[in-house]
Amino acid sequence: MSMATLGRNEGTALARRPEFEIEPIDASGIGEVARPLSAMERIVNNDAVRKVAILIALAIVWELYARWLNNPLLFPSFAETVATFVGDLSSGTLIDRVATSMRSLIYGYGTGLALAAVLTTVAVSTRFGTDILNTLTAMFNPLPAIALLPLALIWFGLGIGSLIFVIVHSVLWAVSLNTLTGFRAVPEVLRMSGRNYGLKGLRYVIHILIPAGFPAILAGLKIGWAFAWRTLIAAELVFGVSSRSGGLGWYIFEARSELDTARVFSGLLAVILIGLFVESVIFRAIEKRTVQRWGMQH
Amino acid sequence: MTLSAIAQPRPVHGLSGAAGGQAPPREAAPVLPRLLEVEGLTLQYKTPNHLVTATYRVDCAVHEQDRYVILGPSGCGKSTMLKAVGGFMTPEEGHIRLRGREVSGPGPDRMMVFQEFEQLMPWKTVLENVLFPMRISGRFKGRDAMDRALSIIDKVKLTKFRDVYPHMLSGGMKMRVAIARAMAMEPDILLMDEPFAALDALTRRKMQDELLQLWEQVRFTLMFVTHSIEEAIIVGSRILVLSPHPGRVRAELDASQLGFDTVGTPAFGALSDKIHNLLFEHELGPQRQEEDAQA
Repeated sequence: MSMATLGRNEGTALARRPEFEIEPIDASGIGEVARPLSAMERIVNNDAVRKVAILIALAIVWELYARWLNNPLLFPSFAETVATFVGDLSSGTLIDRVATSMRSLIYGYGTGLALAAVLTTVAVSTRFGTDILNTLTAMFNPLPAIALLPLALIWFGLGIGSLIFVIVHSVLWAVSLNTLTGFRAVPEVLRMSGRNYGLKGLRYVIHILIPAGFPAILAGLKIGWAFAWRTLIAAELVFGVSSRSGGLGWYIFEARSELDTARVFSGLLAVILIGLFVESVIFRAIEKRTVQRWGMQH
Repeated sequence: MTLSAIAQPRPVHGLSGAAGGQAPPREAAPVLPRLLEVEGLTLQYKTPNHLVTATYRVDCAVHEQDRYVILGPSGCGKSTMLKAVGGFMTPEEGHIRLRGREVSGPGPDRMMVFQEFEQLMPWKTVLENVLFPMRISGRFKGRDAMDRALSIIDKVKLTKFRDVYPHMLSGGMKMRVAIARAMAMEPDILLMDEPFAALDALTRRKMQDELLQLWEQVRFTLMFVTHSIEEAIIVGSRILVLSPHPGRVRAELDASQLGFDTVGTPAFGALSDKIHNLLFEHELGPQRQEEDAQA
């Protein structure tokens, strides 16, 4: 628009136009204002239902492809895999292997989280601590845990010690980095409120920073969990049996050397199922009770 | 457009006597003792490139039950000064004393209410938010804390919402929770940093009214930062006018006789013009554009 048009009729008042007031029109034509959704609409809105539908579709594709390929040595069908899976589950082999893996996993994950908590608390309290954590993270985060395995074997020998070492390495940096990011993102006004109540040091971290930074911390926990799981399976695959009983990685490795491909698949299926369970049951429940309830994430 | 054209809230009882605009002077009450003393206060803070002097040798005193407003253009260091009283900044020179004791850090005897809505803990319900500082500071415990919390929540008219999380509240409600949370602690002084600036005009007016009613009931001491002349006169009983860059004391004025019911009266207008002249004497002149733009 040019300045000429902007300046037109300068100084004159606008013309008065008639006003009106009316009763709102009758809205009974649309029935109830809030109408319950139909059964179908509600089913489609359910996350679990949609996810299960995706899983079923994937299983069908798998089964069809395997039958078409017809080469159980390369690609066993879904039915075969499930049969082996259920068989090993009921014989107790699989449960044993999962339990062994889980034990190393939980020790490693727990130790990693504890170390991350200490490291980030130090990092958030002092600038020097922040520098230390940032430098360490930049150095070690890109280093694959598996690359440390030879070193771990020299230091801790063939056993659970080495497994825990590599898992801690894979968890620690990812979780620390996310937690520190979460702490940094806490609004200044919330920090000031906390300090206003006289909160200091560890109490300040526990009562203000951790809950306020929880969305990022939770993301870190999830990433850490996935890293730990991957590292564990990979490590077990590399050095096989640890002490008397091997874990899930060993189960897969063993099946491969016997060319029992259906068992390899069944091992992978176990890894996937545990991953799904932790992600969509445990972490989902935590998310629902915390960040979603608090309106920090939708 | 002035706010008074939109809403006509009821007069706050006790702030002025009989109806009819011009408020008669209140019966001479004794001057209450000094609660907070600020002496030669110079505050500086660092930005990445500059060392900024926010206030320079400010002297002032807040008496008990004062509604003490710090007023000034943006950048006059009024918020910085409130933060210093809150203990979040260390003075470059000068002293801040509360009941004769030097302020040396944040503490629950000086509760702050901020402008931002995020000051509430999103992981706590309204009730938990109010309880949290009482319990964490050990000032009130158990049943006593709960009774206090319920009573103050009732005072700010949020009883129905006490088990609701902050993200489900409107801006005005969040601010009421923040005020309740601060008042439940019974601090020596309540520090408010432009608490209503982020609210819409109608809600702001209502909140000012409610704050004054609360003051009538509880008679707390309030230090209030604002950049709106109208808000300063309505809310404040004393107004400290700061000059821009760096903040220095320009005047301290009495507004204890002026409130909602005197908006639009000559006395109100006169004080408003006087403050306007004090603030903008180096600029355009006594037009009221600046203030209107903020209102």
